[in-house]
Amino acid sequence: QKVSVEVLDHLEHLALVDFRDSEGVERLQKEMEFADQLHEVNTDGVEPMDSVLEDRCLYLREDDVTEGNCTKELLQNAREKVEEYFVAPPGNIPLPKLEERDTFLQGS
Amino acid sequence: WVPVVGLEIHAQISSNSKLFSGSQVQFAAPPNSLVSFFDASLPGTLPVLNRRCVEAAVMTGLALKCSINKKSLFDRKHYFYADLPAGYQITQQRVPIAVNGSLSYSLCIDSKMSQMVTKTVRIKQIQLEQDSGKSLHDDTRSQTLVDLNRAGRLGLFSFFFPPFGCTGQTVLLIKFPFTEGQLRVDANVSVHHPGEPYGVRTEVKNINSIRFLAKAVDYEIQRQIEELENGGTILNETRAFDSKLGCTVPMRDKEGKQDYRFMPEPNLPPLILYDAKSLPANMNHQQVINIDWIHERLPDLPSVKREKLVEQYGILPEHSFALLNEDGLAEFYENVVKQTRMKPKRVIGWVLNNLLSYLKQHSLTVKESPISSFLLADLLNLLEKKEISSTAAKQVLAELWKGEGKTPLEIVKEQKLQLLQDQKELEQICQAVIDRQENEVMAIKAGNLKVLNKLIGLVQRETQGRSNPVLVKQLLEKKL
Repeated sequence: QKVSVEVLDHLEHLALVDFRDSEGVERLQKEMEFADQLHEVNTDGVEPMDSVLEDRCLYLREDDVTEGNCTKELLQNAREKVEEYFVAPPGNIPLPKLEERDTFLQGS
Repeated sequence: WVPVVGLEIHAQISSNSKLFSGSQVQFAAPPNSLVSFFDASLPGTLPVLNRRCVEAAVMTGLALKCSINKKSLFDRKHYFYADLPAGYQITQQRVPIAVNGSLSYSLCIDSKMSQMVTKTVRIKQIQLEQDSGKSLHDDTRSQTLVDLNRAGRLGLFSFFFPPFGCTGQTVLLIKFPFTEGQLRVDANVSVHHPGEPYGVRTEVKNINSIRFLAKAVDYEIQRQIEELENGGTILNETRAFDSKLGCTVPMRDKEGKQDYRFMPEPNLPPLILYDAKSLPANMNHQQVINIDWIHERLPDLPSVKREKLVEQYGILPEHSFALLNEDGLAEFYENVVKQTRMKPKRVIGWVLNNLLSYLKQHSLTVKESPISSFLLADLLNLLEKKEISSTAAKQVLAELWKGEGKTPLEIVKEQKLQLLQDQKELEQICQAVIDRQENEVMAIKAGNLKVLNKLIGLVQRETQGRSNPVLVKQLLEKKL
């Protein structure tokens, strides 16, 4: 099945990806078909694996303070700062609705 | 209309370091000083789970009678916000560490505290979760300042299953401090008609105190009822509680249903917990968490404490409830009982009715009480030895409350409150009163016993309140 424009629009909002042109959308389509091959395998009675580390032990750290105190270094990355705070816009700047966006998806 | 309220409680565990990194956990530190590279979500950093946080989660699960999942998993919950630099939060959405618990609590159904009911609320799950940073909104300069000190600190989520009932009950459950973001509560509210399926629910955030929780839930229930009665519909949305206006408003940035695109956290294998039976033989014991071991070390739960108090001191369940409801009051009561000869059943009245009401009137905690358990016990001893009357004791208490450092005995002497001990003198006064009040004596002898109280009152006046009314009554009755 082809991916609908609604789903593509939804993905652009959620993940801020940009399906720049028809190639981008086609690539996504092919990736989904590739993944769909999994349905050909009979997985009845098999627990899904969600990590190749599943039979490893999750390492537990002792409750000691071992890091932090590097404000200067961290703020080096910030474009704007105010007294050791990172500065961000007042709220999320939402992606404009599909009709108002300059995107390839508009044409589909 | 039946309201249904579910609560999501985010509580911080007192640990030295954060859930997934070795940064310190501390309140009121300079901004971004308690932030490691992982907390700032710099590429190439990985989460490492804090053992103490897991133990705390297990303890909480056991205390709330949950089943502990011996294998629990971590997931990523994705959304964009300036205080979440990674763009996702590590949480436990699929298989959390503990599920299906319950919490029983006692509720007074009338204001006189004379009737207690036990209610139970179900707990859906408890999960370990990362906290985001803190955003300070600077509206004048149209910017948000982000402090990541809080990022990565443990947030322990407890979901309360609906149905929950009406709001008055919601408030009793939360007894943790709300300050400094140590505890945050979000409420999920919906309404429906009995017998019909549950209505659409809204999530109410930004509730900053217990008092506001009750207001927010009440307001939202009313808003939904009005909306539905006017033919409208309820949107499945997130609303914020505006404490100044006392109402809920739709939240900016959260229009429409959120799609968090949950996925397993690839950097964390499953968390495995053990018990006495499944304890592996050759493992480094620092890497092993034994549920049974933690169970043995659980402190006494409130319901157990309450029963113990009732059994030990012969007080009523309502009294026990009141003692445990106030921080430090139970210890105070027990200390007084230890230091006085007065029976615990009598002491409880003085602690709950007299001391506690003073504290409440002046908004003081037990710790801040100007009257120590020692002083109160001293006073009660005087009362017990019949050196002062009950009324006098109350006067002394009022004086002690001023906290001027006087002992009860000093106050009694100062204000001349000692009961007259001289039987002869008392008899003489009684006789004098009898001799004076001829009319009253006649009435009593004619059978009107109520008039005796007037005579007792007169004797009291003569002795300036320093006579034991019971004794006076006996003497008068003997003479008449």
